[in-house]
Amino acid sequence: METNEVFDKVKGLFVEDLGIDESKVTMEAKLEEDLEIDSLGIVEVVMAFEDEFDIEIDDEELADVSTVGEAVKLLHSKI
Amino acid sequence: MSKRRVVITGLGTINPLGNNVADSWEKLINGISGIDDITSFDTGDLPVTFAGEVKNFDANEYMGKQHARKLDRSGHLSIYAAEQALLDAGFNPEERMGSNCGIVFGTGIGGIGATEDAVRVYDERGPSRINPLAITQLMPNSSTGQVAIKFGIEGPSLTITTACAASANAVGEAKNMIENGIVDIVVAGGTESGTTPMTIGAFAQIRALSTKNDTPTEACSPFDKNRDGFVMAEGSTVLILESEESAKNRDAKIYGYVVGYGSTTDAHHITAPAEGGEGAVRAMDKALKDASLSVDDVDYINAHGTSTPANDKNETSAIKTLFGTKAYEVDISSTKSMTGHLLGGAGAFESMVCILSLQNGVIPPTINLNNKDEECDLNYTPNNAVNKDMNIAMSNSFGFGGHNGVLVFSKT
Repeated sequence: METNEVFDKVKGLFVEDLGIDESKVTMEAKLEEDLEIDSLGIVEVVMAFEDEFDIEIDDEELADVSTVGEAVKLLHSKI
Repeated sequence: MSKRRVVITGLGTINPLGNNVADSWEKLINGISGIDDITSFDTGDLPVTFAGEVKNFDANEYMGKQHARKLDRSGHLSIYAAEQALLDAGFNPEERMGSNCGIVFGTGIGGIGATEDAVRVYDERGPSRINPLAITQLMPNSSTGQVAIKFGIEGPSLTITTACAASANAVGEAKNMIENGIVDIVVAGGTESGTTPMTIGAFAQIRALSTKNDTPTEACSPFDKNRDGFVMAEGSTVLILESEESAKNRDAKIYGYVVGYGSTTDAHHITAPAEGGEGAVRAMDKALKDASLSVDDVDYINAHGTSTPANDKNETSAIKTLFGTKAYEVDISSTKSMTGHLLGGAGAFESMVCILSLQNGVIPPTINLNNKDEECDLNYTPNNAVNKDMNIAMSNSFGFGGHNGVLVFSKT
């Protein structure tokens, strides 16, 4: 799967499942500051990623993820 | 030192009758039921298929999906009612209420819908797929916290879970906070959204609910000989309580006064009222004493009047015990005949009814009261509203657990 395809799927999850405003979801967007995903929300995001891409994400792998782009990169590496 | 007087400066509500105060009042005085077939889920083989649901309310539309997802429906309704009440009281809901404002909220079963959903997911998909928002949706203080966050309420907060007396206790404890000078303003209210499959099923199991599935609007018939149980309803009502001085200083509209509060416990049985409504007698008595009033001063009683055989009989006995011969003169009604039972939201809703009744000089009726029960022989304002100039109203709320909360309101 190409990076842009991963991004499209991530964007779809954010917009459809989490109700985040579509225009806010860019590769540069910060999860916490820009998308208002708090510590509880990040657990939901991980669950949505795991279901969508049929993968498992460890908490440690999230340590370096603070933007949509970083999330896409992590997912891309695991698919 | 004399106690500070407590006024009501704002009202907000969303309930089966309407999504604001004016629409709800219009239905109340015209005797129109808000009860209907359940539409929010497939009732399947539940023995009860109707309830008082809130209609035409889309939480995603109201607060945005991203925010709405974080709350149980009981929380959505709370924020909606609280915003109305704050606006009505002349506050700007965009500004923080600050530390001179407290919040006391009542609920019977908190985010029970969220609980049911989370358990379903756990059973079907295991622990790793439980909604991470489940705990913060289902905890009984969720609405209290969410309303406080939304409107920046930084003073003391309490969540009261005395079942169907919860928001009567909430209004009473809010009154105490203001009387005692702890804060000048309290957002007091209650919320409930238990019109969910397991909850309806569980209440039905203990034979608490009416099973008149073919005639939903006629099912709730408090004090009627053929009553067969209460009707589950959802909704939230919020009152802004304030010290009289604070309200006058900011030229706020004053609906009326909260003058008496009585809280007692039956200590008898977890669901059945004490024989003769003994705990209710004590609560009514305490509330009148707190208000420095006598039974002769009471113009209207908004009864608990759930439409269960046991409640209506025992509440009638209790009124007779305390009021003596005056019991046959005082005007009584049960607005649950129209709303259904808002459980933890009932006390706040019925406080609002009392205040509006005093202000408008109208007693809303007990609808569906057509067959006389010898054990319920007081004046319950059957089927039609009555116009009457009044000054004092009493609201009764009694909950599973044996909790009794009685409030007394005054127009002047």
